[in-house]
Amino acid sequence: MSDPNDVTRRTLLAGSAVAAGIATAPALAREPVASRKTSSRMTPKMPVSLTVNGQAEALTLDPRVTLLDALREHLHLTGSKKGCDHGQCGACTVIVNGRRINSCLTLAVMHDGDHVTTIEGLGSPEKLHPMQAAFVKHDGFQCGYCTPGQICSSVAMLGEIKDGIPSHVTDDLTHVEFSDSEVRERMSGNICRCAAYPNIIAAIREVHEA
Amino acid sequence: MRPFTYERAASAQAAAQAAVAYPNSKFIAGGTNLLDLMKLQIETPTHLIDVNHLGLDRIEKTPDGGLRIGAHVRNTDLAADKVVRRDYAVLSRALVSGASGQLRNKATTAGNLLQRTRCPYFYDMSKPCNKRKPGSGCAAIGGFNRNLAILGASDACIATHPSDMAVAMRLLDARVETVDSHGVTRAVPIAQFHRLPGDTPHIETVLQPGELITAVSLPKPLGGRHLYRKVRDRASYAFANVSVAAVIGDGFQHFAFGGLAHKPWRVEAAEARAAGRGAADAAEVLATGAFEGARGSGHNDFKLPLARRLVRAVVGEATGG
Repeated sequence: MSDPNDVTRRTLLAGSAVAAGIATAPALAREPVASRKTSSRMTPKMPVSLTVNGQAEALTLDPRVTLLDALREHLHLTGSKKGCDHGQCGACTVIVNGRRINSCLTLAVMHDGDHVTTIEGLGSPEKLHPMQAAFVKHDGFQCGYCTPGQICSSVAMLGEIKDGIPSHVTDDLTHVEFSDSEVRERMSGNICRCAAYPNIIAAIREVHEA
Repeated sequence: MRPFTYERAASAQAAAQAAVAYPNSKFIAGGTNLLDLMKLQIETPTHLIDVNHLGLDRIEKTPDGGLRIGAHVRNTDLAADKVVRRDYAVLSRALVSGASGQLRNKATTAGNLLQRTRCPYFYDMSKPCNKRKPGSGCAAIGGFNRNLAILGASDACIATHPSDMAVAMRLLDARVETVDSHGVTRAVPIAQFHRLPGDTPHIETVLQPGELITAVSLPKPLGGRHLYRKVRDRASYAFANVSVAAVIGDGFQHFAFGGLAHKPWRVEAAEARAAGRGAADAAEVLATGAFEGARGSGHNDFKLPLARRLVRAVVGEATGG
């Protein structure tokens, strides 16, 4: 059996060699490689209207821009985080038209006319959202990188339980109720590298019971 | 991502026409699988046709007592639909066992059927893969093949179809409704919708270029007990090692399997042989007959005994044994 890591190392080395080659070639070094390579293939930018945290925003974007990058790089709402950029970690979770989604796995142009709520729209340092206050009270984070995604996800997830949407651990599909195991299952799309999970569950439970 | 142009289609037929006009185009609905692959440059469309605004997001009863599910009904909405929960519970169970809450809120019925394999070599651009690059070879055969196919595979490809939903759809005899650029519609039985890899593993379904899925329809409810069991490497948010969808009723047992093949796996002949037998006897007939010709590649040899045990466990659960 071949070792997948072996080729990963080789790919990395090949990449380094190319980078080194560019650095030692003065003619190439003067011009940014990325722009030269893509300038002839650039696609026209498109207008995108979003309502973000209640405010109308008009943007002009390359269709490749994800909703996450539109929020962070164009609207400078850096609360939503880029973790894996592949929908695996949940750090980019925002609420679009009332639903939690991975903002890294959707294009901004697909959301023309949509309403987006980010962590900045849930609360502010002066006036925390109850879920934010509960995360602080229960120490629901350590490094905090996943926290905006955890909180946006939690808020929408409680709505999903209230709406009777079943989960993998729901015994009776017609009867959905809050429990710690429901929270664990429903929050599995939000990874916390610091493993603050017990405290996150305590925070969510407090908001549910309030 | 490679550069691409983008349009919102105004109708299903217009979407199909656009797909014919742009040969290197893709439809995009939920986008949760396609954008992942585009970021890795495994998919490199030069034109995207957004089909999210075609009104294909409704679930309706059909005149024959079945259900017609719009192609772009989100996985969350399908799993939560009251009729689906009551009459097609195996479908709800399969849906909520897949992905995460965020992904299910985006992923669509049609997109779920069309999602691509999670074979690690399909994702690894440094490795040959006949599915990603036809004719380049298969690094999975003889490689790390723990979660790959044991049934219906070929010398060209041992990838599996990753969907849970599709396994339940196969069990329920769903039909995939489509429209093409001329407005011609057809309904493909799900058993014929996905292809085995053969020597063209890059062709995964019978859809023709430009053909758009508009709905998935279900026949009238089967009754019986509905179960979905999924064995995976962690308790949540992981693809199946082996999964089984089952509907067990008076004198019949229907079984379909995920994680074993390039398509949801079902052997109706084994079900027919098991019909009318006692529970334990029927389980043995199915545990043998559903997996004839199974062949592991080394690391995935465990899947055959696991699948057989799942059959026995599910029959036991359904019959209180």
